[in-house]
Amino acid sequence: MSIFTKILQYIFTGLTIGSIFAMVGLGFNIIYNATDIINFAQGEFVMIGGMVMVSLTKGMNIPMIPAFFLTIIIVAIVGILLERLAINPLSNPSIITIIIITIGASIVFKGLAMLIWGKDTFILPAFTGETPINVGGAVIIPQSIWVLGITLLVVACLAVFFEKTLLGKAMRACATNRKAASLMGINVNRMVMLSFALSAAIGAVSGVIITPISLMDYHRGTMLAIKGFAAAILGGLGSGAGAVIAGFLIGIMESMGAGFISSGYKDAIALVVLLLVLFIKPTGLMGKSELR
Amino acid sequence: MKKILSAYNIRKEFGGLTAVDKVTFDVYEGRIQSLIGPNGAGKTTIFNLVTGFSPLTSGKIHFRDTIINKKSPHKLVHMGIARTFQNVLLFENMTVLENVMVGRHIRSRCGLISSAFKFPWVFREERAIRHKAMEELSFVGLEKRAGEKAGSLPFGEQRAVEVARALATDPVLILLDEPAAGLNTHETQKLAQLIKQIRDRGITVFLVEHDMSLVMDISDHIMVLNYGEKIAEGGPREIQNDPQVIGAYLGEEI
Amino acid sequence: MNIKNIFIFILMLAAIVIFPLFVPNKYYISVMVVVGFNVLICIGLCMLMGYAGQISLGHAAFYGLGAYTSGVLCTKYLFNPWLAMLCGIIITGGVAYLIGVPSLKLKGHYLAMATLGFGEIVFIAFNELSFLTGGPSGMTSIPRLSLFGLALNTDLRFYCFTWVVVLVTVILSINIVNSRVGRALLAIHGSERAALAAGVNVPAHKIQIFVLSAIYASIAGSMYAHFVTFISPSSFGFMKSITLVTMVVIGGMSDIWGACIGALILTVLPEYLHVFHDYEILIFGVTLMIIMILMPKGLFVGAMDGIEWIKSKIFRKTNEKDTVGI
Repeated sequence: MSIFTKILQYIFTGLTIGSIFAMVGLGFNIIYNATDIINFAQGEFVMIGGMVMVSLTKGMNIPMIPAFFLTIIIVAIVGILLERLAINPLSNPSIITIIIITIGASIVFKGLAMLIWGKDTFILPAFTGETPINVGGAVIIPQSIWVLGITLLVVACLAVFFEKTLLGKAMRACATNRKAASLMGINVNRMVMLSFALSAAIGAVSGVIITPISLMDYHRGTMLAIKGFAAAILGGLGSGAGAVIAGFLIGIMESMGAGFISSGYKDAIALVVLLLVLFIKPTGLMGKSELR
Repeated sequence: MKKILSAYNIRKEFGGLTAVDKVTFDVYEGRIQSLIGPNGAGKTTIFNLVTGFSPLTSGKIHFRDTIINKKSPHKLVHMGIARTFQNVLLFENMTVLENVMVGRHIRSRCGLISSAFKFPWVFREERAIRHKAMEELSFVGLEKRAGEKAGSLPFGEQRAVEVARALATDPVLILLDEPAAGLNTHETQKLAQLIKQIRDRGITVFLVEHDMSLVMDISDHIMVLNYGEKIAEGGPREIQNDPQVIGAYLGEEI
Repeated sequence: MNIKNIFIFILMLAAIVIFPLFVPNKYYISVMVVVGFNVLICIGLCMLMGYAGQISLGHAAFYGLGAYTSGVLCTKYLFNPWLAMLCGIIITGGVAYLIGVPSLKLKGHYLAMATLGFGEIVFIAFNELSFLTGGPSGMTSIPRLSLFGLALNTDLRFYCFTWVVVLVTVILSINIVNSRVGRALLAIHGSERAALAAGVNVPAHKIQIFVLSAIYASIAGSMYAHFVTFISPSSFGFMKSITLVTMVVIGGMSDIWGACIGALILTVLPEYLHVFHDYEILIFGVTLMIIMILMPKGLFVGAMDGIEWIKSKIFRKTNEKDTVGI
């Protein structure tokens, strides 16, 4: 392979995995905007999404498309339960309390997943065929195209939701100013719940689409959460567009790093990026000018 | 009279918005000098610039003979500039006395290691800190509240604790940011007395205040700021009769 | 130390002396040694989080740096273990300083993530630098410590050594938090702006306490390496950092004793949870969440508040009686 095809290949791989970071980053932002909470259990939504899809399609033989939507609904309910049971009862919690509770939640999800699905690694069949497509000497598997396409679709839907629909506008109002929003008659409490549901649903989608490529097991969530957070920070915490671009960037950097340097340090790349951004420009590429 | 603080052409922008525009002023030693102006005129911004809480965009600030443009707040406290905040910032989980004791931090030295091993001088220093803090508390009339949690005090007394904490740093210049805000008439009168007493101790007072009767009552010198620019200065009498000032305050009573 | 601290200190001393007499079981003694390591780290973390108000989700890295410095220097370069431990302190302190300066400018979630990221990077380094660390499978035959010619080669001897170190650390740390420095830390926790205005050098104090807490973790790490004589990266990962923070918070981070109790509970509890096999993580997670939701100030501080409340009730009652009597 020439260096050019190599780079092209790494970009394809990077964009695919970067899609997942982008979606996890988006999930972080949705909850952060509505509540100022960083949900450390965000990666677990992806894991649960993948696992539930496996059970529905392989265990219960439900066809792929209904199973897909069912998975999203189930994981969204998990998100709602998390918010209702663990976040909502808190009155005026400190940041440390919130961090520990969401970490506690991620441990609980991990524990439950281990009980339900065991410690095995699961795989899903690709949505449409496994024959790689040749592009300029590099190969791209059909599932990668699905991952990219669905990610872009989700991003577009979110954009329409937040810009055009009344509900989306109400959620944005909560993000800008909770007090004002509640004075305007918006039910802030319900918006917070909704943000968890939405964020969990996005996690579920990414879990379903990535499992055919990178497989899934019960303790996959933590690393995904950290990289998704790196994406959210690099893009600027709170900025949806920023998270998506940053997610792709980190994905590409990671696959290049794995290819050119060493696959052992692959995971370190996103982390080094995270630290550098935090140390040099914590507001990220597209963040608001002031740190909260 | 000797200048203690002088600002030359100071300017502050926040993302394109000019909050303070080329203001020049002097504060003279031993006086009560006030800075007034309508809301949003840039008074608190000037305080933040002088005390190192926000960096200048351009210009120069001298404290006595030193340029203090890039000094961090705690260094300025060490040089003798103390301040209070408009919305009262106390350490709410600490007692009133402990709050004031923190003010002695800069004038004491025991570090991590000597504290850990409790060397004899740690006791001595701690006693001195406590003593001085109690003195400042009685100065503002709160010695009886020493053991209470600062957050549990009524607002007026919290203000006084903050002043005591600032005084505990042994300042030569103290900046009070709207000390009368939220106080009733009786408390405001006591505050006026307190500010005069502070001046009588030889500490220069630089005051931002909205309560005009208080300002006119105690100030030796007044500067008026509007839209980030200085529009007038002089004694209380002159200011009250200045047409520009009256224009800026149109509709408000001076 | 005030009366409360002296009282609890004596209780703790008594418990430490009595425990091996009544529970001569080798396994439980070794569990208590590990409790000692965790208490040591948690005291440092408590000063950092509970007093200075700065979170760290990467303290397992400092623990690991101590352990690996001891391990590598003693096995590969045949250092004296005590010298290796000292090198560990210096290296860990230096790393903590370098990472602390930029990190501690950040607040809240940003600081949490920066320390988490740092911790993970160190964890990856432990795994990947196999020429030094032995990679994921770890390194073995780390020598035991010996003190004045007496080899600390039984669990009981190491137990005594560990808890003497812990007791000394407790005293030093209580002195620190009750000093001018401790007051400055509490002030920073309360309001950084107010602390600056009162003349506290906020960045310097934050870094100082961050480095100190890292050094505590490093000492615990070195002791751990010499105690179990075998280390691998899995003991110093993200979960360890989380567990440490959790110990401090569950015990009650505004009090050093709280951190000690948290360390005790969360080290001993999993030993019992082993009975539940696969349910272990789940029960751990649920317990964590419930305590945090119901008692966000932690068990110890919650209990102390309770005692204060009861005391105030009794006190008021006697007062009322007095007035009635007159």
